[in-house]
Amino acid sequence: MHIMEGYLPASHAVGWFAASAPFVVAGAIRLKRIVAERPQAKMMLAAAGAFTFVLSALKMPSVTGSCSHPTGTGLGAVVFGPMVMAVLGTIVLLFQALLLAHGGLTTLGANVFSMAIVGPWVSWAVWRLAGSLGASITVAVFLAAALGDLATYCTTALQLALAYPDPASGILGALAKFGSIYAITQIPLAIAEGLLTVVVMNALSGRAGMGDEIVTLSGKAE
Amino acid sequence: MGTNQRSWWLLAAAAAIIAAPLALPGLGGAFKGSDDLGTEAILATHPGTQPWARPLWTPPSAEVESLLFALQAALGAGILGYVIGRRHGAKRGDDHR
Repeated sequence: MHIMEGYLPASHAVGWFAASAPFVVAGAIRLKRIVAERPQAKMMLAAAGAFTFVLSALKMPSVTGSCSHPTGTGLGAVVFGPMVMAVLGTIVLLFQALLLAHGGLTTLGANVFSMAIVGPWVSWAVWRLAGSLGASITVAVFLAAALGDLATYCTTALQLALAYPDPASGILGALAKFGSIYAITQIPLAIAEGLLTVVVMNALSGRAGMGDEIVTLSGKAE
Repeated sequence: MGTNQRSWWLLAAAAAIIAAPLALPGLGGAFKGSDDLGTEAILATHPGTQPWARPLWTPPSAEVESLLFALQAALGAGILGYVIGRRHGAKRGDDHR
């Protein structure tokens, strides 16, 4: 989902920066408040960031014959809500833009929007919705992580379709084309991310059932 | 089925999903990165597109790039493992800090 450096027209690049900035600022304020109010949550915040760090470094083969990587933002979104992931995701994307030439600084706003904002918000919404529909914690965590991952890649496809509409079939045609590259490839990887997120959430919550543990992980209880 | 045992099954399923494209006949392909394919798709409909910015620094070789990717994963896994260990220790009561 990393749009390469310099590949978004300047107006789009600026627009995505403007769209992302408020989320990142609000996320930073929220992050600061969480750390101040519940210092015991620091470890879990580090773990949420670390999970994103690991998963976004792993480029995995998919059934479409190409490779892509999971995002790992669902875990933190479930535990802390979507806001803080805007900050943690931006850190990961900056690391990759500066040290790996993966993504870029001009496309940072767009990449933050897809991976650090849309993905976590979708994860969080799915988590809440699945919970209110009576899904078990495990199923809700799985769905949240998998669908958040997929939403990130659909957003990338949309961003590219807006920037590079197909000469014949327009934005919709381009969306189908970029969607087939990004979103279809991502389906099995999103399922794998969902499974891994459940495993890591289990491991983080110790041996007890996950029920109240997610509240404990976020530092709200304890 | 205990949580631990279930975790092993989930990990095995994730590994199978990742390995399947490599192992199953009839699937497969060049396994290029989807980001590169995205860029190729841009050039297919908009030939002559030139990026208007270049990365400030590019790893000089695929080896150095894979080093940095491995470093990224190792840093993340290290922190994650530390936190998981601390939480298990705290639960068992052998963490007296």
